[in-house]
Amino acid sequence: MYKVVLVFRYLLRKRISYLAFFSVSLCVFIVAVVMTVMRGLVTDFKDKNHRFVGDCVVGTESLVGFAYYEDFMKVLEGQDFVECTSPVIKSYALCRRGSGPSVGVEVFGIDAERHSRVTGFGETLHYHKGAPRQAFEPVFDSNIPGCIVGVDLWLPRDSQGRYSYQQSLSEEAVVISCVALTASGALAKGGLEIVNTKTFWCSDTSESGLARVDGSVVYLPFEWAQMLCGMGGPDKRTSSVYIKFRGGVKFERGCAGVASLWEEFVRANGGKKLSGLFSQVKVESWKGYRREFIAAMEKEQTMLIVLFALLGVTTVFIVFVVFYMIVSHKSKDIGILESIGASRAGIVRLFLGFAFLVGVLGSFIGVVAGGLFLLNINQIEGWLFEHFEFQLWDRTIYAIGDIPNKADYRVLLIIVISAIFACLLGALVPSWQAARLKPVESLQVGQL
Amino acid sequence: MSGNELILTAERLYKSYRMGATNVSVLRGVDLAVEKGEFLAIVGASGSGKSTLLHILGALDSPAKGIVRVAGRDLRRFTGGELNAFRNKMVGFVFQFYHLLDELNVLENVFLPTMVSQGVLRWFANRGRIKKRARDLLSELGLEERARHRPYQLSGGERQRVAIGRALMNEPGLLLVDEPTGNLDSATGNAILGIFEKLNKAGQTIVMVTHDERIARRAGRIIKLADGKIGKGITRT
Repeated sequence: MYKVVLVFRYLLRKRISYLAFFSVSLCVFIVAVVMTVMRGLVTDFKDKNHRFVGDCVVGTESLVGFAYYEDFMKVLEGQDFVECTSPVIKSYALCRRGSGPSVGVEVFGIDAERHSRVTGFGETLHYHKGAPRQAFEPVFDSNIPGCIVGVDLWLPRDSQGRYSYQQSLSEEAVVISCVALTASGALAKGGLEIVNTKTFWCSDTSESGLARVDGSVVYLPFEWAQMLCGMGGPDKRTSSVYIKFRGGVKFERGCAGVASLWEEFVRANGGKKLSGLFSQVKVESWKGYRREFIAAMEKEQTMLIVLFALLGVTTVFIVFVVFYMIVSHKSKDIGILESIGASRAGIVRLFLGFAFLVGVLGSFIGVVAGGLFLLNINQIEGWLFEHFEFQLWDRTIYAIGDIPNKADYRVLLIIVISAIFACLLGALVPSWQAARLKPVESLQVGQL
Repeated sequence: MSGNELILTAERLYKSYRMGATNVSVLRGVDLAVEKGEFLAIVGASGSGKSTLLHILGALDSPAKGIVRVAGRDLRRFTGGELNAFRNKMVGFVFQFYHLLDELNVLENVFLPTMVSQGVLRWFANRGRIKKRARDLLSELGLEERARHRPYQLSGGERQRVAIGRALMNEPGLLLVDEPTGNLDSATGNAILGIFEKLNKAGQTIVMVTHDERIARRAGRIIKLADGKIGKGITRT
C-alpha cells in the first residue's frame, strides 16, 4: 500500500518531480511535432511522385525511345492485374511564351484522358480538373492545339505559396522547339531544318505539387509530341509506358509480372527492325523510376530518424539523470522504508511506479500539447509570417501548401512507449543501486 | 540478569569499517543478551560502536563475524522476506534524527509500517482499525491535534514522539532506540525518556544506546561499550 501512496506523494509534493514531468512532456512534444511534420512532408512527396507516375513504368531514358509499344500495351491490358496503360513521350525542348525569352523545358507527350486514368494528372489541372478529355482542345483558334504548362512556368507564386489564377486563361501562344531524332539516334532532318517548331495555345496549367515538374514540364498532345520528337511515322516510338495496377495488386508482384511480360515480348519481337531499341528499356516501379528524387528525401528521412534516435538517447539520459537525482535525494527514505520492513523489490517497484506515472502523465501531456500545436501549426505559421515575416519553408521556393499536421497514431504510440521506457530505465538503475545498499547505509548517506 | 526469557542474544560480534587505507575495528567480540521486558541501556563514547551494535541487533546491518539470535533463531539463516518481516513486526526503531517521511503527515507516518506490511486490498479492508490504532498511539503520545501536520511543522520532541508512535505501530517485541534525546533540549528529552519508562512498565522490551550516563540511568540495566567490547553490566532496581 505504501507504494501507491508514496508514488502519488512524490509526484505531487516534489518540485523535482515537476521537472521530470516537464522534461518528459517537452521531449514527447518536440519529437511528436517534428516527426509528424517531417513524416508528413516525406509521405506527401512520395504520394505526389506516385500520382505523377502511376504504379510501374516501362521506359527508356534515351531520347530515341522504343518501338512496338502499342503491341506491348495490348499485351499489358490483357492482364488481369493491369487496370490501364498510358504511353508517354519524354524529351527536351525550348519553350517561348508569347514574345518572351526561350527557356529549356521537358516535354511530355500524353493522351490526357488516358494518362489521367493511370496517374493523378487530371487532378493537377486547374481549368479542366476532373475533365482531362478537353484539356488539349484548342481555346482561341481551332487550328492550333492546346498545351498544358507546368504552373510555375506560367504563374508566379505569392509569399503564401498561392498562384494568381485568372478566371480564364490569357490568350498567349507557346512556341515549342524540339530536336527530332531518328530511330538510330541521328538528327531527323539533314541540313538546316533540324529543329521542329510548333505553336500551341496554353489550354491549362498543371499543379502537381512537385516543384521540379511544375517548373519545367510542358505537356503536349501525344501525337504532336511524337511528331516533334521524330518518333512518329510508320515505326512509331514512345519513351515510356506508364502502368496502373488494379486495386489490391502489390507493387512488387505487379512490377515482377510486367518485367516477365516484357522479357517475353522482347524474345517474341527480337527479330523486328527496331528491336535493338529494346535493350535500353527498363521496367521499374514508380519508386525506382523516381528514385533520384525520392532517394534524397528518404535519405533526409533516414538522417532525421538517426538524429531523433540520438535525441532519444539524449532524452533517456536526461530522464535518467533527473530520476537519478530524485532517487538519490530519496536514499534516506529508502533507508527508512527498509528499516520498517520494506523489501528491496518493493523499493524498486515504488520508484518504477513513480517513473511510470511520470512517463504516462508526461507523455500524455506532451502528446496532447503536440496535437494542439499541430492542429494550429498553419495558423501559428501564418501569424508568425504576418507579424515577423517568418516562414518555416519559403513558399516562393518550396512547393508546399500547408504544413503537414496529420499525426500518425502508430508513431505517437511508439514515442509514448519510448518515453515511458526511458523513465523506467532512468529510475531502474538508481533505485536498484539504492535498494542494494544495506538499510543502515541508505540511512547514513545523504545522497547516493 | 534475572533468568527471564531471552528475546535476543548476540555472540562474539565483530565489525570493522574501512577508513581510507586503514581498517577500523568497531566491535571486537561483543556478547549480549536481552531479556523480555527489560529496559537496557548501552552506554559508550562517541565512535565506540554502540549505534553499529544497535543496527546489527535490528538487522539493519550485518556483522563481519558473530551471531545474532532472535527467539533462538540465527538472523543469518533468515530469508530476505523473513528479515523484512523481522524489521516490520518484531522490532521498532527510534532514531536520533527521527527519520520521518516528509511527504506523509503525522498520522500516515505512524501507520507507515502497517502500510508496508499490507497490500492495497488488505489495507482497505483493515484501514478503519489501522487508523484507529494510529490515532490511539498519537493520543497516548499527546499528538492527537497534530495528526494532519507534516513532520517539518513539528518541534524536535514532537517528531521524536511521532517516531516512537511509528516504532510501536505493529506492536513489536523489541524497541531499539538510538540516542533518542541527542537532538532535544533536556526538558523535552526527559519527557521522551518518561515515555520509554512508561512503555517499559507496560512490558515493552527496550534497548537504548546513548553516550550520556545520566540518561542511561533511567534504564533498568546499563552496560558499557568501550574499545569494541562490552564491560560489566549494572543492574538498577
